[in-house]
Amino acid sequence: MEFYGTEITSRLLLGTAQYPSPAVLAEAAKSSGTEIITVSLRRETADGSGTAFWQELQKTGCRILPNTAGCHSVQEAVTTARMARELFDTPWIKLEVIGHSDTLQPDVFGLVEAARILSSEGFQVFPYTTDDLVVGEKLLEAGCEVLMPWGAPIGSGQGLRNPDALRAMRGHFPGVPLIVDAGIGRPSDAAQAMELGMDAVLLNTAVAKAGDPAGMARAMALAVEAGRAGFAADPMERRDMAVPSTPVLGMAEFA
Amino acid sequence: MITIAGAGLAGLACAYELAQRGAAVTVYERGKAPGAGSVARFAGGMLAPWCERESAEAEVITLGSRAFGWWAKVTTVHRRGTLVVAPARDRAELTRFARRTSSHRSVDGAEISALEPALAGRFAQGLFFEGEAHLDPRRALRDLSAKVQELGVEIRYGSPAPARVTLDCTGMAAPLPALRPVRGEMAILHCTELEIRRTLRLLHPRMPLYLVPRGDGHFMIGGTMIESSSDRAVTLRSLSELLSAAFALHPGFAEAGVVETGAGLRPAFPENLPRLTEQDGTLYLNGLYRHGFLLAPAMAQQAADHLLPETSDEDHRERQTA
Repeated sequence: MEFYGTEITSRLLLGTAQYPSPAVLAEAAKSSGTEIITVSLRRETADGSGTAFWQELQKTGCRILPNTAGCHSVQEAVTTARMARELFDTPWIKLEVIGHSDTLQPDVFGLVEAARILSSEGFQVFPYTTDDLVVGEKLLEAGCEVLMPWGAPIGSGQGLRNPDALRAMRGHFPGVPLIVDAGIGRPSDAAQAMELGMDAVLLNTAVAKAGDPAGMARAMALAVEAGRAGFAADPMERRDMAVPSTPVLGMAEFA
Repeated sequence: MITIAGAGLAGLACAYELAQRGAAVTVYERGKAPGAGSVARFAGGMLAPWCERESAEAEVITLGSRAFGWWAKVTTVHRRGTLVVAPARDRAELTRFARRTSSHRSVDGAEISALEPALAGRFAQGLFFEGEAHLDPRRALRDLSAKVQELGVEIRYGSPAPARVTLDCTGMAAPLPALRPVRGEMAILHCTELEIRRTLRLLHPRMPLYLVPRGDGHFMIGGTMIESSSDRAVTLRSLSELLSAAFALHPGFAEAGVVETGAGLRPAFPENLPRLTEQDGTLYLNGLYRHGFLLAPAMAQQAADHLLPETSDEDHRERQTA
């Protein structure tokens, strides 16, 4: 699997917020086998004052995907992305433009605009979007080569609210890496996303707020692997009726 | 002679523990008063090991349970418990908090209003941690330094420590590689209309709050945890979140005066637990993180055990904390 030409093996991406401690976070990253962790660059730490924490993150050896979490306008998101590029020395940016402070739903209009600006400046944009196909198309036109549709609102742990829409996305964008971002609560949610043919899953709260974050990280990694293997193996179709798995013809008749 | 750098919470707690065991101690402090440069003056002063276990390792309970008796001999400790509540739409936070913690009981609306009449009718469900307590951090620092001086410890204010000390308790100023700052912000409200007698915690996925009564209508509110080394004044965003959460706790706070705001950098190690480490012949007590008043007593005892091994028997400790 490739994101912007970079070969990635693990299909699980982890967020880094809300962990009990950096030590627990490092342990979870390790037991998940993730290669990419995403870091929020809140404006209050954009002056570089978060360096000590970021150094802890860099010790995990994972590739850092900075994000613009908490940005509510195009300008804010673009400024934050530029600072992130300076601080982390990477063209990657997970772009969030939040439209509603209660649902944390993306403002897809602002998202497309910010993606266009950042792509033209050489950023490799990972946009946090809805499962809307038209928005997806606009994001690709804006220069994105990866899409990150939501499964459910951020932090809600509801799982995939609309699997049919994600299936449609898979069908509509066959060659585009799709990463389900937000809403994954349990390993079964992650497995379901992968069975739908998503390329990867990004999650944070489900691991960070679990009683045993490292244990949950491993469970998520196994679920992602199982779901992907299931998708690749072309699952059977559902049927309404029972279908006997042994032939009924030629059975002996007992009088 | 034992020399200590820093008369903040850790330094004074160690001086007290060492002096009680008969050691001659000198403390060097750059500031002009006990805890003047210490982040502890912005602390909540909660002795809340069971609540803290929600996001901390089990040591907060094993080490923290010694804090009650230790502090009661030094300063006034209000052992009135902690009441944890959540807005109706965030009930899931309460369930989660209950699962991750112990030594609490569920309370319904009637019990909540019996405990804190000011909250009558506001919350239908909560958790009560009866064994928890709080103290006033600034008063505790003053009382602790007075106790320490009664025991013959010399505190040299306005005086930098010599190049080599026995024990370094200088917080973020210490040259320890794994130490990082975690910024916290707080405000003190003055509101004579509301009587709240115990620590309250309001659970919320984005802006959790704790409120600690300081007496005379003063309340300390806090709750931010930011991975940042910036020591600038409290930000508008954090302050507005803290104040909104206080308002959500009780609209009566709308008329409260905001008499003080503050921000401080809590020293933390990667596990967010304190450590006693030896480096180049100096012992360092550091990384108290957000558990200063809770864990300083146990860590000071460990430091004293290390420096005065002949006094480290359990009997001695039992006598001390009884």
